[in-house]
Amino acid sequence: MRNWLNKWREGLARTRKTTFGRLAQLLGATEITAETWDDLEALLIQADLGVELTLDLLERLKARVRREGITRADELQQVLMEELRALLQPPPAIEYPERPTVILVVGVNGSGKTTTIAKLARRLQNEGRSVLLAAADTFRAAAIDQLKVWGQRLGVPVVAGQPGSDPGAVTYDAVRAAQARGSDVVLVDTAGRLHTRYNLMEELKKVRRVAGKAQPGAPHHVWLVLDATTGQNALQQARAFKDAVGVTGVILAKLDSSAKGGMAFAIQRTLGLPILFVGLGEGPDDLATFDPDAFVQGLLEPDRKAA
Amino acid sequence: MFDQLTERLNQVFDKIRRRGRLTEKDVDAAMREVRLALLEADVHYQVVKDFVQRVKERAVGQEISRALLPAQQVIKIVYEELVHTLGEPEPLNLTGPKPRVLLLVGLQGSGKTTTAAKLARHLRRQGERVMLVAADPYRPAAVQQLQTLGQQLDIPVYYEEGVPPPELVARAHRQAEQGGYTVLIVDTAGRSQLDDRLMQEVQEIARRVEPAEVLLVVDAMIGQEAVAVAQGFRDALPLTGLVLTKMDGDARGGAAISIRSVTGVPIKFLGTGEKLDALETYDPQRLASRILGMGDVLGLIQKAEEALDQEEAERQLERMLRGQFTLEDYLNQLRQVRKLGPIGKILEMLPGDLGRMARQVDPQQAEQQLKKVEAIINSMTREERQRPEIINASRKRRIARGSGTTVQDVNEVLRQYRQAKRVFKQLGRLGPAGLGRLFGGFGGLGGFGAPADFDGPDGDEAEAWPSAAEPTTSLRTRARAARPTPKKKAAPKRKKVKKKKKKKRRR
Ligand SMILES: Nc1nc2c(ncn2[C@@H]2O[C@H](COP(=O)(O)OP(=O)(O)OP(=O)(O)O)[C@@H](O)[C@H]2O)c(=O)[nH]1
Ligand SMILES: Nc1nc2c(ncn2[C@@H]2O[C@H](COP(=O)(O)OP(=O)(O)OP(=O)(O)O)[C@@H](O)[C@H]2O)c(=O)[nH]1
Ligand SMILES: [Mg+2]
Ligand SMILES: [Mg+2]
Repeated sequence: MRNWLNKWREGLARTRKTTFGRLAQLLGATEITAETWDDLEALLIQADLGVELTLDLLERLKARVRREGITRADELQQVLMEELRALLQPPPAIEYPERPTVILVVGVNGSGKTTTIAKLARRLQNEGRSVLLAAADTFRAAAIDQLKVWGQRLGVPVVAGQPGSDPGAVTYDAVRAAQARGSDVVLVDTAGRLHTRYNLMEELKKVRRVAGKAQPGAPHHVWLVLDATTGQNALQQARAFKDAVGVTGVILAKLDSSAKGGMAFAIQRTLGLPILFVGLGEGPDDLATFDPDAFVQGLLEPDRKAA
Repeated sequence: MFDQLTERLNQVFDKIRRRGRLTEKDVDAAMREVRLALLEADVHYQVVKDFVQRVKERAVGQEISRALLPAQQVIKIVYEELVHTLGEPEPLNLTGPKPRVLLLVGLQGSGKTTTAAKLARHLRRQGERVMLVAADPYRPAAVQQLQTLGQQLDIPVYYEEGVPPPELVARAHRQAEQGGYTVLIVDTAGRSQLDDRLMQEVQEIARRVEPAEVLLVVDAMIGQEAVAVAQGFRDALPLTGLVLTKMDGDARGGAAISIRSVTGVPIKFLGTGEKLDALETYDPQRLASRILGMGDVLGLIQKAEEALDQEEAERQLERMLRGQFTLEDYLNQLRQVRKLGPIGKILEMLPGDLGRMARQVDPQQAEQQLKKVEAIINSMTREERQRPEIINASRKRRIARGSGTTVQDVNEVLRQYRQAKRVFKQLGRLGPAGLGRLFGGFGGLGGFGAPADFDGPDGDEAEAWPSAAEPTTSLRTRARAARPTPKKKAAPKRKKVKKKKKKKRRR
């Protein structure tokens, strides 16, 4: 068993007892009744899939049940898994088209950007790539220190400015520094911002532009870090960040919490954004490549497998 | 998606244009919409179920009031029940031996550290002597974060390296006691309610210092897990209150309902920004309309009420509704609107689609546009303002010259004015209404939330951030930007205003 999958399982196992145990019961070898549908609805809504998608899925399931003559609840589980799985794409391989490849990391306040950057840096190091971090959150108290601590722990250089300085300038300097050093990847940590704040979104667009000035073609990736405990607002966040700075992929942080991260389905379906990684803890190794099968299984897998 | 709950309910009830009592069937149909609206707002599945059941029981059999449409009646019940569930705002409990300890707990990244600093600032302004303690030795630079905020506020932050949090907090407590501090605010590490070790740690902290308040800090964007989280913290700790952070975004905040239902503890504050003055007392009516997807209409109304010269406005409105709305009235209105505060803040408070549209607009440009309109009207003669129909091409040229604008700009102002006039006329036709009626939202407007500190109209973070805004919006966009405000009383929320009026009529 690959290490990250274990990690994933460990992270999810804690939470399974509650909801998933019930699903196992619920989808036992019994007849499908009205209550089965109600329980399924409850399960999907409680996993933050959202009303629209949940109702949609239930419709599809009902149609298949009719068409395929399914009568037992346990057969329904397979169908549900297929339907859920069909909503997710496997993450594309991450490309590093240039040296340095510049990755802009964005998201709302406290979603997990800085920690995720540390994890990504660790992962890139493990892949044998050299990394440089840009402390472009010049606003939040001690945000620069936070990234510097990670830089020290991981042995990764951090380019930072003064608190309150221009995040665009820091980004520019960082990309230039990476060029000079021959770093493979620059990870730009940006300040958390609510997607509804016009000025802050404009600021982010500027950071993006400045990266492109430091190196044509940059940023090569723009990754949105979402907190897996987020509810329906996640879709609005993803849409706004995508519109503003052209998000190319999503990272689902804090999936080790008790939340299921179900809004990922709507985000992939509605916005077509791939989920790239999931965060499964606060340490630098707690990052796994997004695995649609594991994700769906995590939602539905009965207790006995989780144990 | 369900921003227009009222409208959807109206559709449901469209077929039932009759009087009598609300039947179970009517109510069931309505409740389906209510249920979806609440789920969309992230209220927990089970909590919604119970809630809908309660409302149904209340609604079925109720006589349909003469003044109300059935949809309105259901909304009213839903709204009242929501307000009731959310509960009354409560102040901090600052009793018991000094220093009183406030313990902040919650998930990772929910806003504890920021809220600790906000509370420190708030309490100091109330005359307390405040000390902070940084009890998060785990997250990188969490201590520095609190120290930096403490420095900004000039409030001491207690910390000793290598001391486990329970002992650290106990020492801070002793120090605060000796130093004559009246409040000790404890910032703790973010933790999952499932993390036994960390939950035990925070229990130990609570045991050692017996906090007067244990505040659960929750991100307003949280989804269905709010219930599990609240339960976990409630079971481990004697929670006394909630703080809902990041309310400055567009999350509906349905988690508030879930958590209230589960814990029963009052909501004490709302976090509405990253800056340290962005802490507000909470108002159940405003939060209820937000959860229902009605935007912060009441908040806007409140602002308007504070700023508007009531009598002048009443007088004006009466005339406007009779169709005697002059450019002078229009200018007056603009000036009133300017008193509401930075236009960016006002735009942000608009509900639903309107709000989303408004956020596409650069507040600075909107502000400029307002100034332009003002300049144009100021360049008109008195007669022109009262009888705009006399403004011909040569007058337009003169006005444009006088105001440093173009004839096109003048035309645009006139067009906007005519549109406003039309709207008011339509409103007037709906029946007699005073400003009170227009602005008299649900269930009376008493007891609004207000900034925790009344220290002036700042808190607009836009000012603190370097603006990278470049003028990209066209004049048309800008015109649109300016429009919501002048006609804030009517046009952009036409439907809403109408609704309110109808609702009010019953009283
Ligand atoms: N359990 C868990 N906690 C996480 C994860 N990712 C981040 N965190 C924690 O969440 C909190 C916020 O993380 P940060 O990385 O500081 O978030 P951010 O988005 O950079 O925050 P701002 O810069 O303030 O907007 C910290 O306490 C992190 O340790 C994760 O995958 N699992
Ligand atoms: N927009 C907005 N941002 C907020 C609010 N409260 C906190 N934040 C931001 O949210 C992020 C996380 O806040 P923190 O105070 O560091 O959260 P925390 O709970 O202490 O995080 P951990 O200690 O890592 O668990 C920071 O970027 C804050 O500036 C709020 O009311 N509105
Ligand atoms: Mg950060
Ligand atoms: Mg903190």
